[in-house]
Amino acid sequence: MPAAVSILPDQQLAALNGAYRKAVAKKRLRTTLVTAVCFAALLMAAMGAEVNLGTFFGKIGNFASYFDRIFTLDGGVRVWSDIGEWFWGWRKWLSLLGETVLISYVGTLVGAVLAFGLNFLAAENTAPSAALRFAVKRFMEFCRTVPDIVFALIFVIAFGLGPMAGVLAIAIHCVGALGKQYSEIVENIDMKPVEGIRSTGAGWTDCMRFAVLPQVAAGFASYTLLRFEINVRGASVMGFVGAGGIGQELVVAVRKFYYSDVSAILVMIIATVFIIDIGTGWMRGRLFGKEARS
Amino acid sequence: MSKLPSVNSEELRARYPAVFNRPMASRAAVPAIIVAALALFIFGLNELEFSPARMLSGLKQLGWIVMMMIPPNPGSSLPAYLAAMGETLSIALLGTTLAAVFALPVSLLAARNIIPSPWLRFPVRRFLDSIRGVDTLIWALVWINVVGLGPFAGVLAIAVSDFGAFGKLFSEAIEGADKKQVEGIRASGGSALHEIRFGLLPQVLPVIAGQVLYFIESNTRSATIIGIVGAGGIGLQLAEQIRVLEWQKVSFLILMILVAVAAIDLISSRLRFAIIGRRAVV
Repeated sequence: MPAAVSILPDQQLAALNGAYRKAVAKKRLRTTLVTAVCFAALLMAAMGAEVNLGTFFGKIGNFASYFDRIFTLDGGVRVWSDIGEWFWGWRKWLSLLGETVLISYVGTLVGAVLAFGLNFLAAENTAPSAALRFAVKRFMEFCRTVPDIVFALIFVIAFGLGPMAGVLAIAIHCVGALGKQYSEIVENIDMKPVEGIRSTGAGWTDCMRFAVLPQVAAGFASYTLLRFEINVRGASVMGFVGAGGIGQELVVAVRKFYYSDVSAILVMIIATVFIIDIGTGWMRGRLFGKEARS
Repeated sequence: MSKLPSVNSEELRARYPAVFNRPMASRAAVPAIIVAALALFIFGLNELEFSPARMLSGLKQLGWIVMMMIPPNPGSSLPAYLAAMGETLSIALLGTTLAAVFALPVSLLAARNIIPSPWLRFPVRRFLDSIRGVDTLIWALVWINVVGLGPFAGVLAIAVSDFGAFGKLFSEAIEGADKKQVEGIRASGGSALHEIRFGLLPQVLPVIAGQVLYFIESNTRSATIIGIVGAGGIGLQLAEQIRVLEWQKVSFLILMILVAVAAIDLISSRLRFAIIGRRAVV
């Protein structure tokens, strides 16, 4: 049975078609404009960054051959043919990796404790005073905007070479980053328990302890574990500026062209990061079940 | 008004034994975790050569440095710093864009609803994970070996390390997309590519655009530091001035970074809201 499709008279159809074409044309014009602006910005950026496609294509072979070289032992054979030779320094590297993880752990813990103390002052719904909130928020912003490695550069001069500078740099960065995330969690809580506790005559600290904390503890712990993971990555490069960990060894290997060492250290770093990722993911799932935010 | 029944705590205890008599294991869990964390912390402090004396003298030194930083003063190198800042912003913009362009096709391969077979999906995912496991700074070192010192190495470093991050984020966005539209395209006779172009992309593009903008923001921060290993931008100037202890210039450079990051933050959050509406995702 053929379905009857009603066709509008030409006049009406023309008006509808016209309106449709106009709407589409407007959208197309906008898309074209946005694309043009993006391309102009990219072109300017390319000039600013001294992009030279000639060098790039001339030397892209180096990229492949670099990986070829770092996976070749001095004897000219592939690294995996002699694992013992490849990881000849595993004792030293493993202890440096341990140091890296420890830097991250201590830094994260110090940062988390400080951020914990500050975040209730920075959240809109729990801040005791607007002026204090403003000051704390700006402080946190400063802490997280200045990259941790810049802090490390300065701390290396103040505290001397060594992992201490790395720990402090990570801790400061952590205060800013975690403080922000914590206070965002606090801003999303249900305020009714707070009112309930306050109506019993409790002070500000008691309100935080008994009404806010039970609601946010899981979120806090989840973000802290995530931050620990990020900081392990961060701590792996602290050694570039002399602030402890495996980075020192890596930068020396890269600069002095100890090719197979570079790949060995990189493999160990990647493996460590994997293990920490899986470990913290498992812990988050274990602690908070399905509700855990990633 | 009815009178509340009087509460007898003995009765309550009898009625809810689980609340009042928690098993020892669950009571001891939290203190045990705290003690273990503290023990590891103290072990860490010891291992990492913390000492009150070092801390104190370091803080004194730091106080000195901060005093020396005030007031921030660029001296005569303001034009050079502005140029370096421009370079940094260029690195961030270009690196992020390159990463996004290359990550989009790869992320399709890592998404469960496009490639159901784990045999292709898993290697792609692990590959992306290993790229992400290496810090941007390390990539910068590698690229310096390939294309030489300068901002171009920085662009490539950011592009590669973000490629890993984008691949993961995009594939998650694609997996979260509604499959009804895709089925609609298939029902009207579209090919697999049509399904992706007309069924998937319109759904995920706003999310992806939001993420790209967010990364441009955070890459402005990363781009400031890759200069420390020689990959161009303001980090190069910063590391140099710290090494020669020109503290007033250092504080000026840090201020510049703060202002630039705040400006990019503002612009990109405006754009993000324009693209995805007021419900801030990411």
